[in-house]
Amino acid sequence: MDILRFITAGSVDDGKSTLIGRLLYDSKSIMIDQLEAIEKQTKNREEGDIDLALLTDGLRAEREQGITIDVAYKYFSTPKRKFIIADAPGHIQYTRNMVTGASNADLIIILVDARNGVIEQTRRHSIIAALLNIPHVVVAVNKMDMVGYSQDTYNNIVIDYANLAQSLGIKNVTYIPISALDGDNVVERSANIPWYEGRALLDLLETIEVESATNLSDARFPVQYVIRPQTEDLHDYRGYAGKLISGIYRKGDAVTVLPSGHRSKIQSIEIGGQEVAEAFAPQSIVLHLEDDIDISRGDLIVPSANLPRLEQELLVDLCWMGSKSLNEGNKYLLQINSKRVKAIVKEIEYKLDVHTLEKKASAEAGLNDIVRVKIKTATPVAYDPYDDFRANGGAILIDETSNVTVGACMIR
Amino acid sequence: MSKYRLDHLDQLESEAIHILREVAGQFERPALLFSGGKDSITLVHLALKAFRPGKFPFPLVHIDTGHNFREALDFRDTLAERIGEKLVVRHVGDTIKAQNLTEPKGKFASRNALQTYTLLDTISEFRFDACIGGARRDEEKARAKERIFSVRDEFGQWDPKLQRPELWNTYNGRIHKGENVRVFPISNWTELDIWNYIRREKIELPSIYFAHQREVLEHEGQLVAVSEFIQVEETDKVSVKTVRYRTVGDMTCTAAVESGAATIDDIINEIIATKTSERGETRIDDKVSEAAMEDRKKGGYF
Repeated sequence: MDILRFITAGSVDDGKSTLIGRLLYDSKSIMIDQLEAIEKQTKNREEGDIDLALLTDGLRAEREQGITIDVAYKYFSTPKRKFIIADAPGHIQYTRNMVTGASNADLIIILVDARNGVIEQTRRHSIIAALLNIPHVVVAVNKMDMVGYSQDTYNNIVIDYANLAQSLGIKNVTYIPISALDGDNVVERSANIPWYEGRALLDLLETIEVESATNLSDARFPVQYVIRPQTEDLHDYRGYAGKLISGIYRKGDAVTVLPSGHRSKIQSIEIGGQEVAEAFAPQSIVLHLEDDIDISRGDLIVPSANLPRLEQELLVDLCWMGSKSLNEGNKYLLQINSKRVKAIVKEIEYKLDVHTLEKKASAEAGLNDIVRVKIKTATPVAYDPYDDFRANGGAILIDETSNVTVGACMIR
Repeated sequence: MSKYRLDHLDQLESEAIHILREVAGQFERPALLFSGGKDSITLVHLALKAFRPGKFPFPLVHIDTGHNFREALDFRDTLAERIGEKLVVRHVGDTIKAQNLTEPKGKFASRNALQTYTLLDTISEFRFDACIGGARRDEEKARAKERIFSVRDEFGQWDPKLQRPELWNTYNGRIHKGENVRVFPISNWTELDIWNYIRREKIELPSIYFAHQREVLEHEGQLVAVSEFIQVEETDKVSVKTVRYRTVGDMTCTAAVESGAATIDDIINEIIATKTSERGETRIDDKVSEAAMEDRKKGGYF
């Protein structure tokens, strides 16, 4: 059994919470006491049916306002897979929370209301999916029951979305006509939609290939912590602890440490205290090198035959998350995996208009803006382009004065 | 399945080890909050995998309400000694005396809320900048919202409406002096994941997780152990039953379940078949209000 992490995007009105509720309910992941609690609340609100949205909206403010403010993580399993759902807010003011949920997702379900088709919100969520390079996009055309299960309506939405996907460079798109409320094509194929020949949503989620999301060809090992027991019998023990974020390492591999450029060979690899001949992403390991060289937290150990880029000037697509504006010349800390360096935003090349996808000149960026910027760092940063693999191309910006995470960087 | 593919428990294990090492790398004075329950025992097991043959870069810290199960306390002491790591215990009873706090009253007078006082005192006594906890997001709907690195202000308060963005597996643990971060390495584990992992790794647990005979009273459908910490009245239905604990908290606010599950396999089968959630079945303290956990977290609870 493996894990599929997915995010659902769309507003409450699109039936997002109903869809999640349906997946949890039909996979028997909602317990009796949780259902009773929802029923009780629904009665308090003098509404009719059970409100499945109450299951996912965990904060008092969310329940009061009937909106999702921050990501809620939900879990369910089938015999085939464990699923982690990031139930993310759809409103524009909470985009940064959606980005939090999307950053680890293998797949995104974008809900489109069949009556409304592709709207501004669909566009914004798709831009985020494209920026964060989520490996699979599933467009769930919901509320098919409200349009008489019309194949024409569905086909028009598919054509509209395909155009949007093409302009954004989104490749792996799957379309499903559903009704979350009635469960059409959610867990079982629906008899109401005989013209649809694809799989039901859960079947798709259970079988879609996620292995490709882990890059196994370019080994990258950021050092998190150095284990040095300094006891009598382990006097010379010096192990570099970290998670292999991509690729495979074997005993004897020739490696280079960045940014210093020192070279050595892998003497041994340990996992949970046991020596192994090889390790692969995303295993947490301890690495020993043949030579005694200066390595500390933040260094990146890579194969000498397969080096990442090592640069001080970075071209970055930035999702701005700070409440204060970003201006050219502002200084931050840039963190990529375990490495932190001082950085300055040299230039804002353009701001992306999320309505028209036009690139507009701008000297500053505000909360939830998406901008292309040039960043200069105090020392060279070892990275790979984000679109090649997320694990070594994503970085955050930290405001040193408030300590808050203010930006998500996709390094190009 | 390719040979270079991790199953779900391996993935969760690696993620948790990564988070524990981030704590070691980013903080100067971390602590691991240890209760003697299965989740924190699992954390200790993960820490052994993360840091051995080195020592833990943090002590184990237990906030003892004085209402704990003897079996859990004994297990705590034995475990700390066996692995040779430092154990710090601070008592809620001492905080009550020192700060002139009011003991809770009632039939199941719980010191659960007072735990926060002792926790915050302990954090400032040792100037802890990070506290690792065994909370899971599947436990409760407020927990489902919390980040893995959850920043708390100097009063330990969580602000759920203003959480830091948390991107990829990149954790920002920078804080101002006096603030601290609560870190939850097993956020993404479910109850069943924990039990499957315990079975796979052959992790030892306190005996109260397994079926045993115990004198209990029935209260609103829940079974509460008869102990010196609760008030038993004549009208109470007291009987000896075969029970086990699905969670381990205070004797005053943790309910037992009727069960004959004597082995980990039995327990796993029971959890697969159950129709009630972990906290719903066993916690008396969550039922107070719909936002009970959110409110406690806002007040500094872990």
